[in-house]
Amino acid sequence: MTTPSASPTPSGGRSREGSGPLEQTAVLAGSSTGLPEPTTASTGTRARPRPLVGRLLRNPTGVVPLGVLALLVLAALLAPVLAPSDPGTSDISSVLVPPGGEHLLGTDSSGRDVLSRLLFAARFSLAGAVVALVTAMVLGVSGGLLAGYFGRWVDTVWSAVVALLMALPGIVVLLAARAVIGPSLWYSMLVFGVLMSPAFFRLVYALVTGVRDELYVDAARVSGLSDSRIIRRHILIVVRAPLVIQAAIVTGVALAIQSGLEFLGLGDINVPTWGQMLNDGFANLYRAPGLITWPALSIGLTLVCLTLLASALRDELQRSSSAPRRRPRRAATAALDRVLRHDARDEDVDAADVLLRVQGLSVGYPAPDGGTTTVVHDVSLTVARGEVHGVVGESGSGKTQTAWSVLGLLPPGGRVVGGAMTFDGQPLDQMDGKQRRALRGRRIAYIPQEPMSNLDPAFTIGHQLVEPIRVVTGASRAAARRRALELLGEVGIPDPQRTFDAYPHQVSGGMAQRVLIAGAISCGPDLLVADEPTTALDVTVQAEVLDVLRDLQRRSGMAVVLVTHNFGVVADLCDRVTVMREGRVVETGPTRSVFADPQHPYTRELLGAVLHDTPPRGPLPPREPGSSPGSAGSGSSPRSARSGSSPRSARPDRSLGGVR
Amino acid sequence: MIGFVGRRLLSGVALLLAITTIAYLLLYLGGGDIARRILGESATEENVAARAAELGLDRPLVAQYGSWLRGAVTGDLGTSWFTGQPVAEAITSRVAVTLSLVSGAVLLTAVLSVVLGVVAATRGGWAGRLVQVLSVVGFAVPNFLVAVVLVLVFALGLGLVNPTGFVPLRTSVAGWAASVVLPVVALSLAGVASVSQQVRGAVLDALREDYVRTLRSRGLPERRVVLEHVLRNASGPALAVLAVQFVGLLGGAVIVEQVFAIPGLGQVAVQATTQGDIPLVMGLVVATALIVIVFNLLVDLLQGWLNPKVRLS
Repeated sequence: MTTPSASPTPSGGRSREGSGPLEQTAVLAGSSTGLPEPTTASTGTRARPRPLVGRLLRNPTGVVPLGVLALLVLAALLAPVLAPSDPGTSDISSVLVPPGGEHLLGTDSSGRDVLSRLLFAARFSLAGAVVALVTAMVLGVSGGLLAGYFGRWVDTVWSAVVALLMALPGIVVLLAARAVIGPSLWYSMLVFGVLMSPAFFRLVYALVTGVRDELYVDAARVSGLSDSRIIRRHILIVVRAPLVIQAAIVTGVALAIQSGLEFLGLGDINVPTWGQMLNDGFANLYRAPGLITWPALSIGLTLVCLTLLASALRDELQRSSSAPRRRPRRAATAALDRVLRHDARDEDVDAADVLLRVQGLSVGYPAPDGGTTTVVHDVSLTVARGEVHGVVGESGSGKTQTAWSVLGLLPPGGRVVGGAMTFDGQPLDQMDGKQRRALRGRRIAYIPQEPMSNLDPAFTIGHQLVEPIRVVTGASRAAARRRALELLGEVGIPDPQRTFDAYPHQVSGGMAQRVLIAGAISCGPDLLVADEPTTALDVTVQAEVLDVLRDLQRRSGMAVVLVTHNFGVVADLCDRVTVMREGRVVETGPTRSVFADPQHPYTRELLGAVLHDTPPRGPLPPREPGSSPGSAGSGSSPRSARSGSSPRSARPDRSLGGVR
Repeated sequence: MIGFVGRRLLSGVALLLAITTIAYLLLYLGGGDIARRILGESATEENVAARAAELGLDRPLVAQYGSWLRGAVTGDLGTSWFTGQPVAEAITSRVAVTLSLVSGAVLLTAVLSVVLGVVAATRGGWAGRLVQVLSVVGFAVPNFLVAVVLVLVFALGLGLVNPTGFVPLRTSVAGWAASVVLPVVALSLAGVASVSQQVRGAVLDALREDYVRTLRSRGLPERRVVLEHVLRNASGPALAVLAVQFVGLLGGAVIVEQVFAIPGLGQVAVQATTQGDIPLVMGLVVATALIVIVFNLLVDLLQGWLNPKVRLS
């Protein structure tokens, strides 16, 4: 048996998502008041969704249960016409007659016609469930609307009520009620309706508090509409579809618990219900095993249909809320398709000191239309042993995707669709998952961007360091523990033992990032892939963490692929730099050379952005030696910088910051 | 940790007190009418009044509740109006049977849900489809109906087990197991349906977490990442749903016991309800609320053990 509070769980959170397009429908429906269109751009660009009912009728999992339920209701309504005899007339001379002949489905233990009882029972069973539904809805919806619209004290009271309702099974409450008020289908369904009302209350309350502060509701208030009119016009419409879902669920639960109660023989024997028939069938299970099937089928069918209907509705709501929100980013206009190379390193395939070589890498994700969206195009990258190689670009430029490809850790759906990667002479793309894993941690390590979300909150920091050390090196627990404490010291953590015993939420972001660095270098990798290791940190902490990285790299001589959007970091740490934009490499070369002579306009733009991060300068800085005469004024606008008249004058003036 | 346990215990006691107060007031609100109902319509006014006085129903409601509560604290829940048996005794003699059913069902639900949910999330395939179908069927079909179908198929149709009757554990372990297997399965279906879906969702969510990528980058085997880290982080939401399902499971046991003629709390409940034996009904309310509260306390402790943040909040 399902309890009152159990049923909203499957729908509560998810149906909330569906309110996006519904809000819009609400506004459109209420547009006769002359209210402004919804102000959010996302809703404005979308077409008006087809009415939910229409979409439901096109969905087979929606229309079949709807049809079955309609037939059931029709049969219940027409019971007096359809039923061959009166459901209450018993005939002692023909008890438990098998199906066929005069009694199409046979007779029960009192000699009553089963088909007639089934039809009339549909009336009472369904009506009983509707009593519960209406009670729950009237109480829950009105309470939720009022509390959500006016009240702010509700949350505290609410949790107490939930705790109370959750502590007793619904059937026990109904049994207790039955002990006091006697057998009555209607009263027990009324009581159950009260028990179920929180399901509606919670739903409506959540939706209304979500909508209450929307701009169009404010607009309605400002334009002088009364509260009751606002509730009717703007809020009730928003909660409409989730309410229908909840109603289907509540009706089902009410029918189930009602049948259970009647099945126990606690119902009113003068009112025929499916539960009563079930009781009679079960009592005569040995004498007439078929008797129980009809009510059981009726109950099962109704419940399955109600559930399917609810889930079809939910699916439709989800689909419409998640459908057209993509930003088409493909077909990027690459002004310069050619990669600007400052030297010939990428072509020098046989160089002995090459540790990582990425050639023509492309990464794709499945697109909604069944095709593939390529997010990284034809990227080539060469990293020598002991070299720090910066990969720079704005967010969405594909640099993180490139890093994950090297690690073999693309998110679900993502895959390498072209190109080749070799690590220390071994072809990475020909390895199976196990071989790739054997490289990870041991030879290729990774430092993520966001320190807090990259530590498992459920385990101590020590455990998260010790476990991989043991797996990778096969060290004993004690040895791994010693090593972990040592590493924590190496990355500049003042009290290693304390951090070792702490949980991630007990340390600061800077500490967490040091822990991640310690974890990455724990097994002495040859290549460290660092994905924006300082972006999420405070500015002062950033410098410290960069220092740690630089120290470690110098001492161990490992190669580093440093993904960043910050040219300052590149200047600080990197030997070489590769600039990426919209999934492509635009320029690559030794850091010194790229800084001194940026070829691609985009590189120049990024360099300009760095300079704008510095505090305002005083008068124009003295011109650097070696710059071509006449270039002093040409850096004053991004356009002239892009025209490439003088690379070094790409240091733009402050107005550029305002432009971007 | 001690503070955490203490807070949970206190709120459990407060909840129990609130429930008994509300339940008592509602059950005994009828006052003198209760005596009339026991004696029937034909009883004289004097007899009704005498009976009401005998049962203490003529006193103010609050005073009645006060003396009931004083007794309840010491384990005295009054006596049945019809059999004269102490309520506490009537309940304790049956509660073990119900608890064995319910704990069996919780165990089965937890194990099946974790297996199905994890396989569905990581592999998809048949487990994914099974979880989807189960989520509709298990949610829609009430457990007593499942029980009836199980009796029809396995007991009457195939003759594998006795359809009804309960063998106490002390009499025969095998016999006990055979007599509880069908009810436990019937009780578990709804739980498995909803908890396995929750496990699947929570595992999928956890797999998307950043720390999973980082753990993989350290060279941990996939199996270890999923079974140790992902599962532990996914167990919080799954346990929360299991706690919700437990309430329904306990309620379902009341009905399912009747299907299999198992002498548990369900029998007491039906008997007390049909007779209008209010002290016994009140005792049942206390017993079920206590079971639910204790179970929730256990779940809270488990949550605290699994998730260090819960301990501190």
